[in-house]
Formats: sequence, structure tokens, C-alpha cells
Amino acid sequence: MSLFELHEVGVDIPLARGITAALGGHEPRVLNILDGITLDLHAGETLGLVGESGSGKTTLARAMLGLRAARGQMRFQGQPLVRAVLRRATAMMFQDPVASLSPRMRVGDAVCEPYVIQRIPRSRRRSAADLLDSVGLPPSLAALYPHELSGGQARRVCAARALALNPALVIADEPTAGLDVSIQGDILNLMADLKRERGIGLMIITHNLPVIRHSAERIAVLYLGRLVETGPTPEVFARPAHPYTASLIASQPNPDPRKRRADLAIRGEVPSLLRRPPGCPFHTRCPVARDICARVPPPEIHVSATRRVRCHFPLIQPDRNGPQGGQ
Amino acid sequence: MSFAADSRTDGARPRPRGALGRLMSEPMGATGAVLVALFIAVALFAPLIAPYDPLALDIPAKLQGPSLAHPAGTDQLGRDTLSRLIYGARTALAIAMGATGAAGVIGLALGMMAGYGPRWLDGALMLVLDSLASLPMILFALAVITVLGPSATTLVFVIILVSISGYARLVRAQTLGLANAEFIQAERTMGASNLRILFRHLMPNVVGPLLIVLSMDVPVVIMLEAGLSYLNLGIRPPVPSWGNILYDGYSSLRQQPALVIAAGVPLVLSTIGFTFLGEGLRDALDPRLKGGGP
Repeated sequence: MSLFELHEVGVDIPLARGITAALGGHEPRVLNILDGITLDLHAGETLGLVGESGSGKTTLARAMLGLRAARGQMRFQGQPLVRAVLRRATAMMFQDPVASLSPRMRVGDAVCEPYVIQRIPRSRRRSAADLLDSVGLPPSLAALYPHELSGGQARRVCAARALALNPALVIADEPTAGLDVSIQGDILNLMADLKRERGIGLMIITHNLPVIRHSAERIAVLYLGRLVETGPTPEVFARPAHPYTASLIASQPNPDPRKRRADLAIRGEVPSLLRRPPGCPFHTRCPVARDICARVPPPEIHVSATRRVRCHFPLIQPDRNGPQGGQ
Repeated sequence: MSFAADSRTDGARPRPRGALGRLMSEPMGATGAVLVALFIAVALFAPLIAPYDPLALDIPAKLQGPSLAHPAGTDQLGRDTLSRLIYGARTALAIAMGATGAAGVIGLALGMMAGYGPRWLDGALMLVLDSLASLPMILFALAVITVLGPSATTLVFVIILVSISGYARLVRAQTLGLANAEFIQAERTMGASNLRILFRHLMPNVVGPLLIVLSMDVPVVIMLEAGLSYLNLGIRPPVPSWGNILYDGYSSLRQQPALVIAAGVPLVLSTIGFTFLGEGLRDALDPRLKGGGP
């Protein structure tokens, strides 16, 4: 059974009505941030969510945690979302670990705060020293304030706090941002260990492809609020099906100049969400776009049992018996 | 040689960890804290320290200069100026600390509500507070005193009303800056209630600057009290206040200038004390300076 299921989830935010719109009596404009997100996450699995800045990664996480109203259906542990359940059974690790710790609260109090908030009886709480130990930190750190921690320590403190309630799902937003490469590896290994030991579902949000490649079993690629490709990480990296995924992978610096692919380099800027291109959102920058791409939003195609792509002209051919999109 | 050794030990000295220790480690903060402590002690122990009854008349000994019997001289009714100044500290302290303290608490509450609450509440509160702030302080004070009559209570009421707005604005700005900070979002994902977020997480981060401004405003209020008392609109005459002592001194400036000088000294000292304390607190309370560099 899936730990977390999303079916056709979308998020809109209403835009403040300008004075001209108010006078003209137009409908308030709505900014469509996410649409048609269908995805599931299994217990004990790491899902990597990638996309450029503004593609809706963090918004999706916030919608999943019930912090933002969303359309569509979401089920957590087979049940519709209930805030009280989510607060206890999920945890989020934010991008900036120092900023996500209350500046005037000592580390020891911060890691135990979930217990206080959830009114867990003392007998069922773990001590701050124990929690810090589980993420490889010395108990002496409990007396420090967040600004006295290094980036890596603060990241571990956030992990300790996230794990205090033994959550079933942890969402980590850019878990490696602002860390040295060696410490990035430490953090990713720590998270992988914790995931394996406790069987939690982990969703890693990042724009750092090596991180996904290193630690995620499955990858989901977002572009302008649409899920363009999902599939097992090794397969997607070896043979991307969506031109955007291919461009992303090609844009990674490659030490071997013969392997650099100029033909797949992404051109131009991400379009504004206010002027979302009609048809396929990627057609303005796509190296293989044709007329249809600018008119018809591409359907979701199952290129294999485990891989889905939204593209009129996927780079790999779908299975013979996979459901076809209308063309 | 000794210079080099001195600068080295000075550079190696660790910053004290507690806020009080840090305050006292800087000359400015220490001076301010000592002056303020002295001021408070004098006000509290006035009956024990004062050599005379501040209200006891001794007309034959009027308008004397400083002497052993009367270290600060006497006023036009022969009352001992030192005793009156000591009792005046009580008046000043009660009014200044009472009024700024109350205004600070109300300003803190309103500012946090405006900064963290829904937008309509912010709009409504700021409209009221801005209207209050637009009143010219002295004129407003004169108007209220004319209606309610001069008294300590009226004075405190006016000072509170006039100063709430500034404190609320300060707290609101701080709160707005923090309301969307990641640690507040993190608290929400953990399911923390709004009350918990307000009191446990926002308040500790906004009271620091407020305390600094409050301590710097205490002398302003002392001056205001003195000014209004000088205009005979504050504390009524028999009760000693620095303002009406100053007024008495002004009336008899030609016969005895010592009275005006004596009344000015505590005003100057308390102003310096609270201002320095405020400056010292600013450095001591900043969490990012705690324990030296990162």
C-alpha cells in the first residue's frame, strides 16, 4: 500500500485584484501553481522531486502536509488527509536549517519541541541527548543556541527534531543546500540510514541532480507546476524520456567533453507562471517541439510499467501494451 | 611591551555568556546600569536616606546655598532641597517606569497582534495607532490635563496613550519580519498553536529591541513629567518632583541659583543612566553577538 497518494492534485492562488480589474468587474485572476499531479510514495522509499526554482516543488510539499489548500485527492496511509494525523506522522525539514530553528530556543528544547506541541506523555518521550545521539551529535550541543551551530550540525539538529515523533513520512527541502560536499554526503547517508532503520518514506526536494542520483530510488520531475516525468532513478538517468529531463541531465557538468550534449542544452528562461505557455509548458524551450506542442497539452504516457511521461514526442518509445495518449 | 601584553589579553578575553555579564563588561552599559540602580535605590529608600522631611517648612532658613546642614541648600520655603530631590526620584521613577512599562506591555501586545494577526486586524489597529501618533504630544497632554485636571494619574494616562503607538509599530515591524520566517513555518508544520508561536517563539525575538527603546524612553518621560510639572500641569506643588523643584529654582534664580543647578543634576544623571543602559542592552541582548563570532 502506498504511504502517500496524490491524484490530480493542483494548487491555485488567487491574485490580488488590481484596481483596473475591480473597475472592469473581471473575475479575479488565479495563479495556477500546480496541476494534475499524480504521484505515490511508498514506505521505506526515497522519492526525489526535482525542478527549477519556481516549478512548485515546495508548494507541493506544503500541500501534502496540509499547509496549503489544494484541489484533487490526497491520501496518507490510505486515509484522506487529517491535519492532526499529519502533524504527528509527518515532518518537514526546511531549506535553511539555522533559520528553521527558533533563534532563542536552545537546541535541547528545540529537538524536544514536537513532544511538547503534541502533548506526548513524558514516559513516551526520548531525551534530547538521545535524539541528538541518533543523528550523531554529542549531548553537549543541547545547551547551544542555533546560531552557534555549523550548517551541518544545524541540519542534523533539524533531522533529530523531524524524527522525534517517529514519523512515517519526512519531506526534506534541499537537504544539502549550503553544505560542503563532504558534509552533504554525510547528511545524505544519515538520512538513508534513518530511512532504512525506521522504514520511513522520504521525499527529497532538490534541484541538485547528483543528490537524487545518490539517494533516491525514484525521481519525479516538475516543470512549471506539471509533473513531466516519473520513474526509477537509474532508468531515468540512463534513458530520460522527456526532453526536459534529458536537458536537465545534460546540463550537469560532465568532465568528459565528448559526452557533453549541446543539442539538449536548455535555451532561454523559465516562462513566468503568469504567462504559462499553452499546450505543453515546455514547448518554448524544447529542442524537439513541433506545432502540436504549442496547442495541445500532452497526455500522460506510460512508457513502461514504472515510468510515466507527459510529452507528445517522448525520447523513448512506450511499451506496446502501455496505455496510449491520443495523437 | 606592556602595551602588547595588554592588548593580547584583552583580545583573548572571552565575551561573558549571560546578558547581564555582557552588559556589565562594557563601560557604557556598566555606567548606565550603576546610575539606574542608584536612581532606583534612592527612590526606594528615600525615607531612610533623606536628611529632612521634604515637606517641612523652615521659613527663616529659606533660599540658602549649599552648606553642611543642607548639602543642596533650601528652597523659598526653607525646605531641604536634597530631601526634596530624593523624594522627587520616587515621583519620577513611579511615573516614568510605570508609564513606559505599561505602554510597553500594551504596545507589545498590540504590535504582535497587528503583525501576526489577519490583515484586517492589522489595518484596524494601525489606523487607531497612527491616529494616536499624529497627536502632538505636549498639546495633547495639555488638552487632557485641562479636562481631567493635573495629577500623577492623568500624567501617566497621557504618557501611555501617546507612547503606545511607537512601541506597537516597532513590535509590529519586528513581528512582520519574523511571521514568515522558516522557524515559524517549521512550528506550523509541527502543529504549534498560534498562542505558542506568539509567546514562545515570536515574543522572545521582539522584546529585545523593545526593551532597548523603553529604557531610552524613560528619561524622555522623566523630562516630560518635569516639563509638565514645571508648567504647573503635572505634579501638584507640595509633592516634590524634579520639575516643580526646577520651577521653584527658576522663580528664585536671582536670589539663589544653587536651587536650579541642584534640580538639574538628577535629571541629567538619570537621562545619561537610562540612555547608556539602553545602548548597553542593545549590544548585550543581540543574540547574534552572543559568545563572540560564529
